[in-house]
Amino acid sequence: MTTYIIRRLILAAIVLFLVSVFVFLAMRLLPGDPVLMYMSASSVQEITDEQLAQVRHQFGLDKTLPMQYVDWITGVFRGDLGKSILNRSPVIDEILRRIPITAYLGILAFIVATIIGIPAGVLCAIRRGSWLDNFVTTLANIGITVPVFWLGIILIYVFALHFRWLPVMGYTSPFDDFWLSIKQIIMPVFCLAVGPIAGNARQARSSMLEVIRRDYIRTAWSKGLTERAVIMKHALKNGLMPVVTLSGMGVGTILGGAVLIEQVFNIPGMGRLAVTSVMNQDYPYVQAIALVMAISIVFSNLLVDISYGWLDPRVHYD
Amino acid sequence: MSIEAALRTENTPRVSELRRFFKVFFSRGVVVFGMIIILLFIIAAIFAPWLAPYDPDKIDMNNALLQPGKAHWLGTDALGRDTLSRTIYGTQISLIIGLVVVVLGSIVGMTLGLIAGYFGSWTHAVIMRVIDTLMAFPMLILALLIASLLGEGIRNVIMALSFAMVPAYARLMCGQVMTVKENDYILAGRSMGASHTRIMLRHLTPNCFPPLIVMMTMMLGTTILAEAGLSFLGIGVQPPVATWGNMVNDGRQYLLTNPILSFAPGLAIMLVVYAFNMVGDGLRDALDPQLRGVI
Repeated sequence: MTTYIIRRLILAAIVLFLVSVFVFLAMRLLPGDPVLMYMSASSVQEITDEQLAQVRHQFGLDKTLPMQYVDWITGVFRGDLGKSILNRSPVIDEILRRIPITAYLGILAFIVATIIGIPAGVLCAIRRGSWLDNFVTTLANIGITVPVFWLGIILIYVFALHFRWLPVMGYTSPFDDFWLSIKQIIMPVFCLAVGPIAGNARQARSSMLEVIRRDYIRTAWSKGLTERAVIMKHALKNGLMPVVTLSGMGVGTILGGAVLIEQVFNIPGMGRLAVTSVMNQDYPYVQAIALVMAISIVFSNLLVDISYGWLDPRVHYD
Repeated sequence: MSIEAALRTENTPRVSELRRFFKVFFSRGVVVFGMIIILLFIIAAIFAPWLAPYDPDKIDMNNALLQPGKAHWLGTDALGRDTLSRTIYGTQISLIIGLVVVVLGSIVGMTLGLIAGYFGSWTHAVIMRVIDTLMAFPMLILALLIASLLGEGIRNVIMALSFAMVPAYARLMCGQVMTVKENDYILAGRSMGASHTRIMLRHLTPNCFPPLIVMMTMMLGTTILAEAGLSFLGIGVQPPVATWGNMVNDGRQYLLTNPILSFAPGLAIMLVVYAFNMVGDGLRDALDPQLRGVI
């Protein structure tokens, strides 16, 4: 087990290193000179070559690429993600303000996806071919194909504009006004969760069906166990293993969805920052967000891998 | 006959592969439904100039924000452009981008996966770590990052999306190759002196293909969804070109009075993505080797 975890940790470290290299190179491969961009943003009218060289030296851009990477990555470890091109404020401050918002919505969506999606899939597998199965399967197939930004707009139309049950958009911290906050996040959280709910339900259904056909389940039935015991004690354990893997991938879906959903519901999280930064060509933000999201996905995958090894004793630890 | 029922019937005579394929493929209603939807959208894309009742870009301020009616079945937007015509023309952008991205992404991805899976050892390690790295980014963020570096325009959207789709193909292909290359006929080919390239192209690729066809079909849907997302955010194909994504976004301002402006293009996105997914499901069943020679 320890070797397995260490192996996974090493792999994750390699991927994290490559992620940082990729993000760094993306920044350097910008069309256009970052220095010129910086200078023109500060409205300097005439720039001499000497001034340019000076600024270049000041930013360490006259060093070799590997040295620039070392400079950048040590900065990242010290919490220095560069400065905004637009307003010169440190990128890290804004990122730290926005991480909790996206994380809050994301974690809620993840929980909703798990507690709705998995039981729904299991239920379908048990009552296979029933109207319930057909209904849920159809819903799940729609759930993995619906454009979430459009779903958000429909929800706004129905629940906010038509029935006036929920506020149209916006975000309030639960510490400022708890009930308003809850009302505001119902629709965005549901939109973020729709894809993972459907994915979990489909995966849970198909892997449960696989398990139910096995010999040991037939043995359990023939021993005269109740349906409850067969399903809960025997089938679920093996049936839900693949679901664990898939729910890890749900983290990526949720973070990607946040980009769209935060735009629809006007939520000041990382996703919305990513979009406005792309619009303003404020690249340091785009890179910082890509880095933060990739890191969280690498860690959630690591968590899934480790829990997989812990849940399933058959996983080889070599 | 459902697939399961077919599996259970033993001693059924063998039938030709092609007939079996079609029989399984068309055995499910949703798959047929998906095929019909896809055909309709392809027709809409090709014959858009004849099918669309109006010029999709013609501004007519006298007829702005009309409700659906006889003259304009789906109403008009804030500039008086016909929503139905724009939705029909939007089909072109979505399908073209979907198709090109699937071709580009799968060629690059499958090549990488083929090389990684066939040569194994450090080649495998290097390629797959790079793939793992790209997979660590949410697809939309990766596309956003690349689109932001390349700039706007249809060509750059295609590049960004293709790049974002490569890892999925590479990973599937690599896994396939690693299984298929263990077969004796690969060893036989090697012992007869076939080159690596020949083995990879003539023997491995065709035998790895079935699951990839399924994936490519479903990826058509995924790509169309991602493109719609990008143009919804205003980063993809730029106005005034009608795309479903930017139509949904434009319509958002008039949600209270003219909800159809957002509803119609969004429904088109959902229908076409759903259709590709269902057809992919049908292909998976029809290409399932377990059913070979049974039905």
